[in-house]
Amino acid sequence: MNTVLAPETFEELAEAVRSTPRLLAIGAGTKPRLSAVDTVKLSTARLRGISEYDPSEFTFTAAAGTPIGEIAAALAERGQYLPFDPMLTEAGATLGGTVAAGLSGPGRFRFGGLRDFILGVRFVDGTGRMLRLGGKVVKNAAGFDLPKFFVGSLGRFGVLAELTFKVFPRPAAARTLRLTAGNLESAAKILVEAASSRFEFDALDVAPDEPGVLARLAGPVEALEDLTREVHARWPGEVLSEQDAEGVWSALREFHWADSGSDLVKVALSPSRVVALGEVVRSLDGAKWHLSAGGNVAFIATTSTPQAAVLDQHLRKLDLSGVALRGDSPLWLGRRTQPAIIQAVKQALDPENRFPSLDD
Amino acid sequence: MSAAVLQRLAALLPPARFLERPEQLAAYESDGLTAFRTRPLAVVIPETAEEVIALVRFCHTERLPFVARGSGTSLSGGSLPVAGGIVIALNRLNRILKLDAAQRLAVVEPGVVNLDVTAAAAVHGLHYAPDPSSQSICTIGGNVAFNSGGAHCLKYGMTANHVLGLKAVLATGEVVEWGGPSRETVGPDWCGLFTGNEGLFGIALEITLQLLPRAECYHTVLAGYRTLELAGDAVSAIIASGLLPGAIEIMDALALEAAVAAVHAEYPPGCEAVLIVELEGPREVVAADRERLDRIIAASQPVEARPARDAAERVAIWKGRKSAFSAVGRLSPDFIVQDGVVPRRRLGEALRRIGELAAQSGLRVANVFHAGDGNLHPLILFNGREAGALQRAEALAGEILKMCVAMGGSITGEHGVGVEKRDYLPAMFSADEIDCMSRLRAAFDPLGIANPGKMFPVAGAPALQHQGLHPLEKAGVISRE
Repeated sequence: MNTVLAPETFEELAEAVRSTPRLLAIGAGTKPRLSAVDTVKLSTARLRGISEYDPSEFTFTAAAGTPIGEIAAALAERGQYLPFDPMLTEAGATLGGTVAAGLSGPGRFRFGGLRDFILGVRFVDGTGRMLRLGGKVVKNAAGFDLPKFFVGSLGRFGVLAELTFKVFPRPAAARTLRLTAGNLESAAKILVEAASSRFEFDALDVAPDEPGVLARLAGPVEALEDLTREVHARWPGEVLSEQDAEGVWSALREFHWADSGSDLVKVALSPSRVVALGEVVRSLDGAKWHLSAGGNVAFIATTSTPQAAVLDQHLRKLDLSGVALRGDSPLWLGRRTQPAIIQAVKQALDPENRFPSLDD
Repeated sequence: MSAAVLQRLAALLPPARFLERPEQLAAYESDGLTAFRTRPLAVVIPETAEEVIALVRFCHTERLPFVARGSGTSLSGGSLPVAGGIVIALNRLNRILKLDAAQRLAVVEPGVVNLDVTAAAAVHGLHYAPDPSSQSICTIGGNVAFNSGGAHCLKYGMTANHVLGLKAVLATGEVVEWGGPSRETVGPDWCGLFTGNEGLFGIALEITLQLLPRAECYHTVLAGYRTLELAGDAVSAIIASGLLPGAIEIMDALALEAAVAAVHAEYPPGCEAVLIVELEGPREVVAADRERLDRIIAASQPVEARPARDAAERVAIWKGRKSAFSAVGRLSPDFIVQDGVVPRRRLGEALRRIGELAAQSGLRVANVFHAGDGNLHPLILFNGREAGALQRAEALAGEILKMCVAMGGSITGEHGVGVEKRDYLPAMFSADEIDCMSRLRAAFDPLGIANPGKMFPVAGAPALQHQGLHPLEKAGVISRE
C-alpha cells in the first residue's frame, strides 16, 4: 500500500486520523524498519517549524516533522543544544521520528537521553482527538507522563504532532580522547572505571573496527587541558584533532559505518554484558557494532537478515532486547515480555486499532 | 465492606501486621497534608513482595480500595486513606536488594528511605540524585508514585529520570517487569509512564535506580539583594551566561526571618531576598566556572556575596535553606505550601502577583523557590483556630495555582496533584485530555480500587479540617518543599 497522506496543519492531521481506518505516521524514513507495515502512511513532512523557543527558559516547542538538524542549528545560534546527540540528523531525521524511534546518541551518557529531555507532547489519539499532555516548563508533575511513554513507542499509540523539550547550554568546548585498549575486555574495563571517575565524561563509546575507547570531555576551555592530562595519566591514548573528532562522532551519529544493505539493530545493554555481546558479534561473520553510552546501548549491523535471526537467538540467551531500525528482520529481537497491560493501554489510546500494534 | 471480608484479609497476615483498632489506625489517618483526615478500615503491613501481591489480588477480587503508603510525607494528600478501604503500609519492604557499583545502580524495595540509597552508595563515591526535602524519611516507593523532585531538577531531572527498571503489581493483580540495568530502553518507556502515577496504577515492588558519581567539587555562593527583582535578574544573568548550576534557590524576607529564628542562620542585613547558587563538577571545571559566576554575581548589585570557603560553610548555607519551611512554623501556627511552576522569565511577575493576592486575602505568604526551574513554593501562613482561615488559605492557594497555569506553567512541579489539587487538574488539561488519562487509569485499574480520589476531580470532596502541623514537621525532621 503506497498511499501517503501529508497534512499541513494539526487540524488536517487529526482529520486524517479520523478518516483513515488504519494508518501509521512516518517522518523522514531514516529508520525504515520501524514503519515497514502495510498500511496508509501519514507523513509529518509538512508539519514543521519551531513554534516556541525562549533560550532563557531552556525549552523549545516544535512540530513533529521538523528536521532535528534544523532544531540543532537554531539552538546552536543561542549557545544551546540537545545534549543526547540526536542520531541521523544529516540524513534528515525528524523530531517526531526520533522520539517514536527512541533513538538517542552518544551524548546521552552524561545527562540522559530523549526520555530525560522530553517535557510535553501534542498528539492525536486513535479516536482522532488532538490532546496535549505533559507541560511546557522544565519541571512538571501534573498528570500521567505520556510524553515519556511515547519515546520508543513507534507511533503505535498515537500520532505525534508537536513536542516540547528541555535544552541545556552548550559547553564552551569539547575534546575527544582515544584511550588505548588492546581488546574488548580492556575497553569494557575502561568504560566501567571511567563512568564512575571524577571526570564526568560527556560520552564514552567504542567505535566499530577499533578497540580504543572514545572518551569525550566537555566544559570550559581552560579546564580541558588539565583534565585531558589527568585522564591520560590514568588511561594512555591520544587526543583527536577537532576535525577528526567531528568526523568520528558524525560517522557514529549517521551510521556511516554500517552498510546501507545491512540489518541495523539497537540493543539495550548494561556494562556487565558488553564482553558477552561482543563475543556474539565476533561470531557473526562480517557483523559490526558501535558500543555507545558507556556500554548501555549497542548498534549492531548484520550482513543479512538470516544473520539477524542468529543474533535474535543469542540476544534471547543473553536476556537482552533489541529493535531493528533497518533491514527485513523481525521488528523485535531478543527477550520480550507480553503482559496484558500492553493491550489494555493500546485499547485506552487506540480503541479501534487505527494504528498497527507493536507486533506488526 | 462486610466483616467477613476483613476477616479473610486478616488471615493473609500474622495478627501483629493487621491493624484495625481505632488507636492503631490513628497514625495512618493523615499524611503530610494534615488538613485532610480519613480513617481506613484497616492497615496491613506486608514484609515481602509476595505478600503485597497477595494483598492487591485480594483487593481486586473483593473490589476493596487500597492506598499504598510509605512514610506518609505527601504534601498533596497522596497517601490519604479512603473510607471503606485499606492502607498497605510498605515501610517493612525496606531492603536494598542490590548495589552494583560497577554499573552504578541500586535495586531497592519501595520502603527504602531516599537518603539511605545515597548512604549505601557513598562508599563507592556514588549518590542518588533526587533530593526532596523530606529525603531523610520519605521512601523511594512514594518518590516513584509521585515523581518527586528536589533542589537539583534543572540539571538532573526528577525521580522518573533516575528509574531504570521496575517490578510492580498492577491494580489488576498482574505483575510486570519493565526496564532493567540498562540506561537505555527498547520499546515504549513503561517505567516513565508508571513513575508519577500517584498510586493509581499499582504498587512498585522493586525499583532499579541509576546512581551518579558524586561531584568532586562544589562552589556555593550565597548573595543577598535589596529586592526580589534584583535576585531574579541575577538568576537571569546566570542562565544567560551558559553556566549550568546544580542548584539555584531564592528565599524571600519572610523565609529568611524564619531561618534566622530556627537555625540562627546569618544573612546579609537589609535584604529582601537571598540567592543561593551552587556549581559542581570536576575541580578543573568548577575552578573555571566559579570565576565566571563570581563575576556575574559581583555585577548583579548584591548587598553582599558570600562564597562558602569550606565544606562546613556550604553545609551551613544549605541548612538555612532546607530549614526554612519547618522554620516558618515558628512564625505562624499553621501554613500550607503550594508547588506551582511558572516559566522562569515570569518569576518576578508571579511573585508580585502572589504578594497582591496575599494582601487581598489578608494572609502572609513566605516564598522559597527553586529559581532555576521556576518551581515556586509559596508558604501561606494562617491560624487554624481562626474560623474560616484554612478555607481562605486554600482559596488563596487555588488562585496561585490558576495564575501558574495562566502563565504557561503547571499546578505542580514535584508534589503531585493528589487530593489537594485535583480540582485544579481541569485548569491545566481539557476534558478530552482528562478523559484520555482516565482511560489510561482504567487500563491499569478497571475497578478503580488503587488510591481512588486522587489526581482526578471528584464530586463530594471531603471537607477541610484543621489538624495543625505534622508531628515530624514540628520536630523539624521533614519539611514541605
